Amino acid sequence: MEKNINTQASQLPLQGAGRAREKILAAIAQNQPASKPLPDIGFLKGTDADPQEKFTTVLTTIGGKVLKVKGFDEIKQLLPEHFDTSKRVVTTLNELSDIGQLYTGETIDPHTLEDIELTITSAHLAVAENGAVWVTEELVKQRVLPFICQHLAVVVKADTIVSTMHEAYQKISDSVYGFGTFIAGPSKTADIEQSLVLGAHGPRSMTVFILE
Amino acid sequence: MNESTVKDHSALADVFNKDENRVNWHDETLWWIRAKRDKAVHQLPEWEALRDTASQIKNNVLSNIGTYLQKFEGNALANGVTVHWATDAKEHNEIVLSILQKHKVTRMVKSKSMLTEECHLNEYLGENGVDVIDSDLGERIVQLAQEPPSHIVLPCIHKKKEEIGELFHQYLGTPAGNADPQFLTETARHHLRETFLTRKVALTGVNFAVAETGEFVVCTNEGNADMGAHLADVHIASMGFEKIIPERKHLSVFLRLLTRSATGQPITTYSSHFRKPRPGQEMHIVIVDNGRTIQLGREEFRNSLKCIRCGACMNTCPVYRRSGGHSYHNAIAGPIGAILAPNLDMEKYSDLPFASTLCGSCSNVCPVKIDIHDQLYKWRQVIVKNGYATGAKKAGMKVMTLTLSSPTIYHAGGKAGRWFMRHVPFAVNNKLNPWYKQRDMPEPPKESFGEWYKKNRK
Repeated sequence: MEKNINTQASQLPLQGAGRAREKILAAIAQNQPASKPLPDIGFLKGTDADPQEKFTTVLTTIGGKVLKVKGFDEIKQLLPEHFDTSKRVVTTLNELSDIGQLYTGETIDPHTLEDIELTITSAHLAVAENGAVWVTEELVKQRVLPFICQHLAVVVKADTIVSTMHEAYQKISDSVYGFGTFIAGPSKTADIEQSLVLGAHGPRSMTVFILE
Repeated sequence: MNESTVKDHSALADVFNKDENRVNWHDETLWWIRAKRDKAVHQLPEWEALRDTASQIKNNVLSNIGTYLQKFEGNALANGVTVHWATDAKEHNEIVLSILQKHKVTRMVKSKSMLTEECHLNEYLGENGVDVIDSDLGERIVQLAQEPPSHIVLPCIHKKKEEIGELFHQYLGTPAGNADPQFLTETARHHLRETFLTRKVALTGVNFAVAETGEFVVCTNEGNADMGAHLADVHIASMGFEKIIPERKHLSVFLRLLTRSATGQPITTYSSHFRKPRPGQEMHIVIVDNGRTIQLGREEFRNSLKCIRCGACMNTCPVYRRSGGHSYHNAIAGPIGAILAPNLDMEKYSDLPFASTLCGSCSNVCPVKIDIHDQLYKWRQVIVKNGYATGAKKAGMKVMTLTLSSPTIYHAGGKAGRWFMRHVPFAVNNKLNPWYKQRDMPEPPKESFGEWYKKNRK
């Protein structure tokens, strides 16, 4: 597969593509300054005593919703109260397969997800300082799934909430993913006279279930 | 733009300043964003340590950029991504077109990329029969208005909602006179969703590219980069080569700084990390030089390449806020644009480093500690030395050199100035004096400090 893609690249009708690379690298070698050291960033860390509290406050401030739950049964109860579950609901979570269609990553055309009302998925971790959750392709199965839906719900385990982005990347470490994203709240824009509007292109709302 | 019709910053600022209410509104809106930035920043006691660390990481990047780019390339190739290199805008545009032609595609969706503005990609593709739709709401609005963005983060910050309503009425069929942001955004949502669903090729910018892993990060609030890329068969990501950072963990520093500096948000809604094409998808990265290697070689100015495009220097700049982004006649406006542009074309952009009060606020808010106002001052010297200053500026500087080098002329000049302002004020309070245009001239003092000192010295 890899080899195949590389061959494709060399077949592109580019004038001097190889030359451009050598030219740029040669000019860089000539012009870049003497090496400066890379700083240690280990001293940067969060100090929150209660990251869960902070996460809840921040995500609520940026337009998200946080619901604390004891288990999946409680989530099942809450979902119809908060969403129109008569429309198309897709979940990547086995535990919620009786609430919506279970999607486990079968090959599909992502365009067929266009009419989803609600996506329910899970996150590896959440970040208190900015209300973001970290999801990867491994969890959402299809990259567009948390973006194309009208509403997004994410299940986060309480003990995976970290204080800052520094702890988040420590946890992510050198894990391998094809795609990963931090999601913090609903899709939004303020491009028209700085008036905040939720639901630009992606979900109009984001709800996080914190699982105790 | 035709060379002969290009107006300089002050002439373009005059155009913007014709509508005083609009200028005041523009000024206040941007200051409000600057205030939001302050509020967010003050919540982090470690803010200065973060800036310092980011600056050091970027200094390390600039001094090892060749190694990091090759490492990035190697990892991206191993991830199944095709990597292209472009020495200039023309090569970049040709590479994008060749990918589109290979797939026999004539329509593309694009999320925000200031690099493609710098390269004038839309115009080039248009001339070659490719229709491009910008999917960021602000960019879509200026695209409909056939204008360039006036701000790198807030592309249509210069537009009133009534004007946007009129554009939507004309192009998207909304009722005339409806200027409700909620309604207009909803209309754009439907219009652009159709675009996302039907385009086979999506182009995005790159906020950060990680050498260690070969992944790149794209930040948006709207989700437009993701909607485009995840639905398209082909994803093209264009990046200026200075976007490279060494390791994944360094993203923590930059993602904490970027949006707090830009809009006062703790993070963008989406910070998406693209490492491999999704199964069946093709992914391309175009690494662009376009003058960056020259800037890297300018010792005094290379720090400008540390920029992470947050726009904080624009929001805080008293000149930008009152002259508008279009007065900079360059893809990137404001203080940072004014130190980047002369590198590309010193003659064409010789006016920009003078469009500043050198107050230093830009340098104070810069999250990667670029010495922006110092560079503005240094560019002025380079521009004058290279003979690109305007005739009036050259003549004025000659008079000042003579005056300041001779105490006799200096004292006589001061005396004459005070006499004129007191006895024949209309000699200075008239339209020929550009200082008089937006302000009243001060009361002249009765005597100079020198004269006062002589009298009162004991």
